[in-house]
Amino acid sequence: MTDFPLPAAAETVRRVREDPHRLGHRDPHAHETIEGIGHGTTGPATKRVIVGYGFWIFLLSDIVMFSAFFAAFAVQRGATAGGPGVSELVDMHRVGWETGALLLSSYTCGLSFAATNARSKLWTQVFLLVTGLLGLIFVGLELLEFVDLAGRGIVPQRSGFLSAFFGLVGLHGVHVTLAGMWLLTMMAQVQLKGFRPEIVHRLICFNLFWHALDIVWIGIFTIVYLMGAVA
Amino acid sequence: MFGKLSWSAIPWDQPIPLITVAVLILIGAGLLGLVTYKGWWPYLWTEWITSVDHKRIGIMYILLGVLGLARGFADAIMMRTQQAIAVGGSQGYLPPEHYNQIFSAHGTIMIFFAAMPLVIGFMNFVTPLQLGVRDVAFPTMNSVSLWLSASGFLLVNVSLFIGEFARTGWLPYPPLSEAGYSPGVGVDYYLWAIQIAGVGTLMTGINFVTTVLKMRCPGMSYLRMPMFCWTTLAASLLIVAVFPILTATLAMLSLDRFFGWHYFTGDAGGNPMMFVNLIWAWGHPEVYILVLPCFGIFSEIFSTFSGKPLFGYRSMVAATLFICIVSLMVWLHHFFTMGAGPAVNTFFGIASSVIAVGTGVKVYNWIFTMYGGRVRFSVPMLWSLGFIFTFVIGGMTGVLLAVPPADFLVHNSMFLVAHFHNVIVGGVVFALFAALDYWFPKAFGFRLHPGWGAAAFWFSFIGFWVTFTPLYILGLEGMTRRLQHVNIPEWGPMLQISAFGVAILVVGAACQIIMLVVSILQRDRLRDTSGDPWDGRSLEWATPSPAPFFNFATTPNVEGEEAYWGIKLAAIESQRLGPEPKYEPIHMPVNSPVGFYTAVFATMFGFALIWQIWWLAGLGFVGALAGFVVFAWRDVHEYWVPAEEVARVDRARRAARQALLDQIPEQPEGAPA
Amino acid sequence: MRQCPSSRSRAAERPLGRAATLAVLALATCSCSSDALNPFAPVGPVAADDSKILIDATIIMLAIVIPTILLAFWIAWRYRASNTKAEYLPYWAFSGRIEAVVWSIPILTIMFLGGVIWIGSYQLDPFRPIESPAPPLEVQVVSLDWKWLFIYPREGIATVNQLVVPAGTPVHFSITSGSVFNVFFVPRMGSMVYAMPGMVSQLHLRADRPETMLGQSAQFSGDGFSDMQFQVRSVPPAEFAAWTQSVRGAGPILDRPAYALLARQSHRNPPAAFRAVDPTLFQAISTQQIPPAPGPEPGNEEHAGREVTPAGRQ
Repeated sequence: MTDFPLPAAAETVRRVREDPHRLGHRDPHAHETIEGIGHGTTGPATKRVIVGYGFWIFLLSDIVMFSAFFAAFAVQRGATAGGPGVSELVDMHRVGWETGALLLSSYTCGLSFAATNARSKLWTQVFLLVTGLLGLIFVGLELLEFVDLAGRGIVPQRSGFLSAFFGLVGLHGVHVTLAGMWLLTMMAQVQLKGFRPEIVHRLICFNLFWHALDIVWIGIFTIVYLMGAVA
Repeated sequence: MFGKLSWSAIPWDQPIPLITVAVLILIGAGLLGLVTYKGWWPYLWTEWITSVDHKRIGIMYILLGVLGLARGFADAIMMRTQQAIAVGGSQGYLPPEHYNQIFSAHGTIMIFFAAMPLVIGFMNFVTPLQLGVRDVAFPTMNSVSLWLSASGFLLVNVSLFIGEFARTGWLPYPPLSEAGYSPGVGVDYYLWAIQIAGVGTLMTGINFVTTVLKMRCPGMSYLRMPMFCWTTLAASLLIVAVFPILTATLAMLSLDRFFGWHYFTGDAGGNPMMFVNLIWAWGHPEVYILVLPCFGIFSEIFSTFSGKPLFGYRSMVAATLFICIVSLMVWLHHFFTMGAGPAVNTFFGIASSVIAVGTGVKVYNWIFTMYGGRVRFSVPMLWSLGFIFTFVIGGMTGVLLAVPPADFLVHNSMFLVAHFHNVIVGGVVFALFAALDYWFPKAFGFRLHPGWGAAAFWFSFIGFWVTFTPLYILGLEGMTRRLQHVNIPEWGPMLQISAFGVAILVVGAACQIIMLVVSILQRDRLRDTSGDPWDGRSLEWATPSPAPFFNFATTPNVEGEEAYWGIKLAAIESQRLGPEPKYEPIHMPVNSPVGFYTAVFATMFGFALIWQIWWLAGLGFVGALAGFVVFAWRDVHEYWVPAEEVARVDRARRAARQALLDQIPEQPEGAPA
Repeated sequence: MRQCPSSRSRAAERPLGRAATLAVLALATCSCSSDALNPFAPVGPVAADDSKILIDATIIMLAIVIPTILLAFWIAWRYRASNTKAEYLPYWAFSGRIEAVVWSIPILTIMFLGGVIWIGSYQLDPFRPIESPAPPLEVQVVSLDWKWLFIYPREGIATVNQLVVPAGTPVHFSITSGSVFNVFFVPRMGSMVYAMPGMVSQLHLRADRPETMLGQSAQFSGDGFSDMQFQVRSVPPAEFAAWTQSVRGAGPILDRPAYALLARQSHRNPPAAFRAVDPTLFQAISTQQIPPAPGPEPGNEEHAGREVTPAGRQ
């Protein structure tokens, strides 16, 4: 190909030398190092920032997945195939307790993180435990709701609408259950390993996840139950 | 005990899969035996299988992709030959049950297990090097991604000899894919293979968004990143945005099939049209996920082999992000004929044409990169020029298809098949072969044989056009796609020309294999001693070839666009390297088997669900979870590389660079730079 | 069917990229209308308009594409490394003027095409009736596995895998599916549209002269898909009336039990006709009062395929 290495670079040096005006050309050394514009220009971010940021991106992807299920619910809202519609499903009393439990659990989760910031193992564990119990109440009530509905013959196999309903609410319940298992793991890790940096990073991620699930529940509560009760 | 699995699941009555699998098992057993006999297991385990090094993971992804490409190509050969033979009254050699699996597997494998792993493999290998950092944001998650993708591919291949594969096409439209019309396990294999691989890909997306946005070496602001990193970012953003839709949609179909739900059934309130919308809301961005990094590859190659910076860098960035966003708004053009009405069709038709604006800008910018340059017709450059020709025509046919009334004549026809192969082969496959040639020295320390590489290019290029031009013509004559036999005899000649084209492609593939073998045999002659074989412009060429596991001895400080180019010019001008840096110990992540273990249990989980072996599914799920918890329990996740080790490696690099510098003739004195 | 050798052999002899475009144009201008499916030999206004748009859009795009490709190759050749006469501009990487042109060309093209898209989508909407003094012929279409059922509600007859229409009269198709997605497509008459269970798609086509054409399904629907073609004949109106009379004269009746039998999977169904048809049948199929046709059945040897669970699911 060429008879000496780096043909373009060497040629460039030569031509640039021979053409002092370099009309329309760009000086490769014209740009100084940019100071303080952001983390990119001062090197890679810290581990805590990277872990948190990555988890936020994951949460965005999870919300997209929920959006697909919300979209299915919206599309199939009327596809009852002669079966029960949304107003027959809504038990505002039970849903009220579920919502209260989950919202309160978000609050206690926040308290547990405040305790983590204060590096208090005791209170972190206490509030995590309360959070977990409230989450358990939520899941328990939801399971009861599903069992009740099944007893009345209201099952997802009945119609497209019911598939969409059980899918959306069930997906959220599955997420809360998995988060509950994560909570237990975190409690064990905090107990046995204390507040090492990676444990704190994981607690950050756990907190984000729990709060995100709460936000999704507010969406479900509004779109499925509130709007359904009014319908 | 074993769910629906029984001995009848093995295709005793079908010679082709039976023989294929027997041969594969023999080859596999032979390889495993060789590795055991030579005692290579410890090396493979510690250096490759449990590696969290982005370069190793990238190479393994590419290997996976090449295997996928081989299997997909084999399917393609069978399809083209079947259609060439089965014209008029003949039924060919593949009955419908078999042929329909083959074209479904062809599409599925080519997209999910050839193109995606190859693209992700290059993103993995190159991006951290170009950003001047040591690894991606989440190295262990990277390993999990790789092995989950491998798990998906394994499941698809297991379907070859245990059970069957989907017979629905690569996107399983309901109601055909529902349990009523596809009662076998085929669609279930598809669903679980893609779900498992999809989780891996989503993790990759998260990994690279975080890496590109939060991990760059000092001085590398956004507008100083190489173009390939921008396209990696755009593709990763798309992955994060749309792969969850795929997960959700396939989960809904699984619920329908397994438990009798009614998301997409043809009755009881199911909505098959909703599947089509959801799946293409994923499906269209998916092809941009594939092609955007390939555009980035071409940007690198045009720039390097013209000896000039990329023309209109900011324009290119804008065009990339423009394509990224608009690609989320065009999915309906895959089903203009579904009767959404003129207003909706108009919107999506115009949006689909608008994407051509971004792509057109890129093409012109590549052309003007060559203007005023010193163009070297290396093998990557050959692929790039072939790409310009092929992709521009393919893009043109795409814009034609974006006009709804035109689409009303050619939707789902061979014209469509020719179009998307035109853009995927021209855009993605050509890029991948170019990238293979371009970055091979960086990975392995020696170049690929240029003569055989050029031969591979020419046969592939000519073979592509001989294969697909007849298909364009057939589409315009009204031939629809996915026909197992062709009842219209007039279509025979075009199909036979196309099959002949496939033979030329086979020669091209053979050239690639020969190129690899010859390159390995002649590696000393082809050795890349300096680390910069192409006169490169970005940071990966500042490292030796192959790059050390920690990438850079000291994190580079970037002072302009084309980080390495400025350093190199300064060295040539001053005729010496910069001063030796102060070497510090480096923090590196430890290897981890969690990726491999998770994939083993995921495969178990998927296989068990497909055959409804519930206890085994539970075991797989619990195993994956337990493995993850065990991984989370580890106390050591990083280790220090001593400064002496770093110094040793880097001094060797500096010596090689000095040797290169010495070869460059003294430059004449002239006006200062 | 008559061959059209000239354009075909031209294409066969020069199967390379650039020639492909020429072959396409050659085919477009080829006057042979013998190929039963060639949409470039349209028999009706919809096909004519559709293919005109396709050809026009191609020509517009080629006006951009060919110069671009030529430019690329010319620049690559002129600035090849061995050509030291060409100026080396190692830092030339921006030009506002070129950027302006490079963004404008695609934008202007797309604006023009956008107009074509807008107008074309409205004018050629399959649901849009064709202007005509004569009232349209009503045909109801049901796609099944793997054949097409045509019901003529006013004439009170039905056919399988054959469609007869009077030339010069617009035909209004109401299309549904009794099983899975299919696409109703008669290329020489015009646009295609999906056949979907539980929904009714509309399509308006017209054949302007007597002709024999082929119709097919353009959406893969299973193992028997390759045989889902049907014969389309447009005939003079008098002959059409005679044909309907003759169908009414003999043949079975398409009532619910007959439909249930027809709905079972079968392929290579020969053309058939029914002398009478249940007038509520199409309505019942499209609203799914009649449930969708069954899939593979163990007793139906012809298309059970190689199922692992012969009993199907659950």
